[in-house]
Amino acid sequence: MEAPHEQWPDAVPVVRPYAMTSGRTTPVRGAFDLISIVLATRPPEHDDGLHPESAQIIRHSQEPVSVAELAAELDLPAGTVMVLLGDLLAQRLIVTRSPTPARGVASRPVLEAVIHGLRTL
Amino acid sequence: MDSVRSDAAPVVLPTAVKILIAGHFGVGKTTMVGAVSEIRPLRTEEVLTDAGIGVDDLSGVEAKTHTTVAMDFGRITISRDLVLYLFGTPGQDRFSFLWDELASGAIGAVVLADTRRLKESFACIDYFEERETPFVVAVNCFDGGDRFTPADVQLALNLDPGTPVLLCDARDRTSSRTVLVALLQHVLSLPV
Ligand SMILES: Nc1nc2c(ncn2[C@@H]2O[C@H](COP(=O)(O)OP(=O)(O)OP(=O)(O)O)[C@@H](O)[C@H]2O)c(=O)[nH]1
Ligand SMILES: [Mg+2]
Repeated sequence: MEAPHEQWPDAVPVVRPYAMTSGRTTPVRGAFDLISIVLATRPPEHDDGLHPESAQIIRHSQEPVSVAELAAELDLPAGTVMVLLGDLLAQRLIVTRSPTPARGVASRPVLEAVIHGLRTL
Repeated sequence: MDSVRSDAAPVVLPTAVKILIAGHFGVGKTTMVGAVSEIRPLRTEEVLTDAGIGVDDLSGVEAKTHTTVAMDFGRITISRDLVLYLFGTPGQDRFSFLWDELASGAIGAVVLADTRRLKESFACIDYFEERETPFVVAVNCFDGGDRFTPADVQLALNLDPGTPVLLCDARDRTSSRTVLVALLQHVLSLPV
């Protein structure tokens, strides 16, 4: 299948995500990365009172999921999802595992496991 | 509240690692992500704003414009405890600070190149060299492209002799996996 070339629009007005996070661009608590893994601490039916987008995050994180995947599934910018996740973390509605800190190259066993996986999967 | 898994509970979340698939416009980044990913490549958007945007200034929101950058990514589940993410990163210079975020914590990068447009790979290579992010150069052999040897490309791109150069077909899963393995082996070969 031939995918059309994607263009990145230069200047797209973005209003909704900023309104949703009250204009905040950094999460309240916890530093999230695109590959931070997130898991909800509760089933979705306990979500009453959450913003619809936060409730959606809880629904989509019943199994471990990355921030990037959540952003794609919710069709929201990753930064917005991180802000919402910060709130959910502060409310203990999710737990998260941060990726290796900056410059921290994955350990040798991890690299070897990835090689093994790529060769055998 | 026994239905709540608290922070203290032994919840095991998988380790996530990432590799960047970088390169100039139309070089085959998304194609390579799709070739190796177990999921259809997903798309996430970053909104780029000026630092210090007024946080409470909602009245001004509609007047502001932001640049959005789309990134494709894919996933390879290595095991229950280990997941590899691949990010196709937009190549334009003006997105360099997005790259900073992406490159931070990355295992390394694949710089896809096209022998018909080798010069367009320079910006990307400079970036990773400067950051000391390990990378390999993978020449995507588009049909009809001139046949260069890896040594030709190494020379033409003025690469450090230690930087692996491979020929690949980004559409092919096995070929693309071979590129990823070469990157990982390169990383393992580097002094700690
Ligand atoms: N013949 C041939 N075509 C290829 C190959 N790799 C990619 N293509 C085609 O080249 C075009 C661009 O590939 P993409 O994967 O979209 O490139 P990209 O780097 O993601 O492009 P941007 O995200 O727009 O910068 C698509 O039409 C692909 O089908 C290849 O190895 N051979
Ligand atoms: Mg692409």
